[in-house]
Amino acid sequence: MASYTLRINGQRKQVDVDPDTPLLWVLRDELQLLGTKYGCGVGACGACTVHVDGVAMRSCQLPVSQAESPPITTIEGLSENGDHPVQLAWLALDVPQCGYCQVGQIMSASALLDHTPNPTDADIDAAMNGNICRCGTYTRIKAAIKSVHAAG
Amino acid sequence: MPIQKTAFGRRSFLKSAALTGGGLVLGFNWLTSCTDKTEAEILAMPDQWFEINAYLKIGDNGVVTIYTPNPEFGQNIKTSMPMIVAEELDADWTKVISEVAPYNSEIYGFQFTGGSRGIASRWDGLRMAGATARHMLRDAAAQAWQVPVAEVSTAAGLLNHTASGRSASYGEMAAAASALPIPEEVELKEIKDFRIIGHDQKNLDGKKIVSGQPLFGHDHREKGQLTAMVVQPPAFGMRFQAIQNLADVKAMPGIRDVFTIQTYKDGFEKGGFDTNAFPELVAIVGESTWQVMKAKKAIQVEWQTFEAFEESVNGFGGKSIRKVPAGLENSTDHLARMEEMAARPGRQVRKDGNPEAAFQRADRVIERSYSAPFLAHNCMEPINCFAQVEEDRVRIVGPTQAPGMIEPTIAARMGLPVENIEIAMSRMGGGFGRRAYSHYMLEAALIAQQAKAPIHLIYTREDDMANGIYRPAYHATYRAALDATGTLTALHVKAGGIPESPLFANRFPAGAVDNYLAEDWTIDSNITIGAFRAPRSNFMAGAEQAFLDEVAEAAGKDPIQFRLNLLARAQQDPVGENNDYDPARYAGVLELVREMSNWDETPEGVHRGVSAYFCHNSYAAHVLDLTIEKGKPIVEKVCCAIDCGIVVNPDAARNMAEGAIVDGVGNALFGELTFAAGVPEKQNFDAYRMIRMSETPKKIEVHFVQNDIKPTGMGEPPFPPVFGAVANAIYKATGERRYRQPFLGDERLLG
Repeated sequence: MASYTLRINGQRKQVDVDPDTPLLWVLRDELQLLGTKYGCGVGACGACTVHVDGVAMRSCQLPVSQAESPPITTIEGLSENGDHPVQLAWLALDVPQCGYCQVGQIMSASALLDHTPNPTDADIDAAMNGNICRCGTYTRIKAAIKSVHAAG
Repeated sequence: MPIQKTAFGRRSFLKSAALTGGGLVLGFNWLTSCTDKTEAEILAMPDQWFEINAYLKIGDNGVVTIYTPNPEFGQNIKTSMPMIVAEELDADWTKVISEVAPYNSEIYGFQFTGGSRGIASRWDGLRMAGATARHMLRDAAAQAWQVPVAEVSTAAGLLNHTASGRSASYGEMAAAASALPIPEEVELKEIKDFRIIGHDQKNLDGKKIVSGQPLFGHDHREKGQLTAMVVQPPAFGMRFQAIQNLADVKAMPGIRDVFTIQTYKDGFEKGGFDTNAFPELVAIVGESTWQVMKAKKAIQVEWQTFEAFEESVNGFGGKSIRKVPAGLENSTDHLARMEEMAARPGRQVRKDGNPEAAFQRADRVIERSYSAPFLAHNCMEPINCFAQVEEDRVRIVGPTQAPGMIEPTIAARMGLPVENIEIAMSRMGGGFGRRAYSHYMLEAALIAQQAKAPIHLIYTREDDMANGIYRPAYHATYRAALDATGTLTALHVKAGGIPESPLFANRFPAGAVDNYLAEDWTIDSNITIGAFRAPRSNFMAGAEQAFLDEVAEAAGKDPIQFRLNLLARAQQDPVGENNDYDPARYAGVLELVREMSNWDETPEGVHRGVSAYFCHNSYAAHVLDLTIEKGKPIVEKVCCAIDCGIVVNPDAARNMAEGAIVDGVGNALFGELTFAAGVPEKQNFDAYRMIRMSETPKKIEVHFVQNDIKPTGMGEPPFPPVFGAVANAIYKATGERRYRQPFLGDERLLG
């Protein structure tokens, strides 16, 4: 056990955990930030995606010992009232089915749009290919991502 | 206006409090205390609720809470079922709150999600629940205003008396209505008067989903809960022997206990959904997920192979004996053994005319064999469940498609009456059939009992993928006889699988061919199988529709017209008995997809495949447009036509059809679980290839046949025919037919 201070959603949070504890389990078990999901634990499904220094990262692959300095944003910090443009686009197109992967999808999409506001299909494929949606809502996800620029 | 007796499911119109002696309020505490309410919702809550019946209560401010009796796994019934109630209630849809009902089969009947039967099975009951409440509200207003009830009309949550100009909200009349007797008869709306059903309504949980609120079983948290994980045998055909380093693991940081559990006592007669390859498990209980995961990695367990055995299973179809062979199975042997069985005569299931003679007389005989591998469901939310055991009571919160299937099993195993088992159904992060087998709920209860603490059992992704209950491996051989004019004179299908047969002997083309023979066979296995989105259909559709495509080509006919000719025959002069499809509705989706896809004008450079199928009482047809870029198949577009009767929530139904098509393309191209010495060779998403964004069809169009038929299945029917459409389009693109799924597998390129 060791003590770590993380910068999460604009707040400093101190946790006492093993150094190799993945950020995912720190969020879910220690900080009760339950929006970030466990899907695979090997960085292959994207359900646990968060922003680390503005970049989409798989929180299951980031040990807490390496997560102390950069600012981290989870879905709980993406917007105060669930009204980030990407979230609104998801609602406008009623994207989710089961909904389990959608937080990870939204975090990947919002990071993409921060850096590439008007992405091509190829940009979207490249940015979103790490996020599995078992229900198969990919066509709506792509349409929602494109609609953000159109609306913006 | 249709009048319907309320006798159907009348018990569910009793106030549930009357049945449970006021227990409803207590029973709902866990629901109302859930943290998934938005601030706006809490502010909009009434001061007082009035329960009209078990499906709805109305607040003094006019807000209506509607209970969805079946569990939600992404099919959106938590919106579409309330839509049905709200329609007949004539509610203001903007004031409807949706909650999943508690599990209570005495009140709600069969609370099951699967078999595409949710909306179909609840249609009448939910309409009546709404209509009954509307009737009682009108009665209350008529009494209050001293006017004939026939003069009291409703509109969007308001009661009106036009002659006197009086008006009241449902909230104002709710108290009086809740005290009135339940009417003997209710009036149902005419379908043409629907203003909620048949109109797109947004997912009522949409905002909670996109803002990451804790909706899922995985997110369930209670004070003092510990995390539990299981260690299961590494291979099918193996069972537990001993833990080698028990003391070391128990001493690891945060670990509270390590022990074994046995989910089924020897001689227990299983129900049809008690499938479980690994009834004896090692359980590790600890304080945090990561600590338990580390202990799970550190533990050393000895396993042993088991002897062949038989078990009695009492399922829907009555009692049967399941033979479980010993041994560590391999996929290469599976395929060889399926081909061996296919070469032998099978068990005759249906025979029309004289197929042997017809094949002898044939101008041409075409014979082709198809196969498909085991598939894992791979729901995005891994298996998990919360359980607490206090004295003689068990409380369970978790994702399940079939609480009624596991409740008696839990009660029997724990020696408790079923009334002492409380199950709350969480929103499921996918189901696809997997969560109809809720053995993990019993595992969680046993672990909680032994650990003497509330626990949250979570499977790792590897545990989930390697736990069994797979879509079986299947094989089918089709033979067709054509005469000199290209007419199909005989059809022979012989299908089997490990360990179940996929055959539907009475489905199309049965009934459309004079001489028909259907046979099946099975091979026993210790790998467990279960329902997977459109069980059996998910293989047979692809095999049959690819075969018909090849036969149509050999006959020199357009593939859609060839099918329509067969369906015309089945309609005008059906062959044999018990044909279980409606040829006119089947032809209807083919005609619609032909029109909407502009079938006669294939865009340049595009390769088209068509496919259609009937299952779960609904009809679906697809035209799939494929191009090949540097050997990579690109699905440009899928045009889909569906006849599932009345569509309750069209946009949600389109979403589900889109998902079924993506699921079908993915599994047709990549889906495969193989075994080596009993070990599943893929245990996580780095190895198990799932369809991803870049492989998804670029465009999907969904068209519904418009009719007034009561709703039939929707979640499954669009899935099976996708496999045939992919196969037929690949043939057009490459000139080669593919008979073995997955069509690409680990290859990246065609050709």
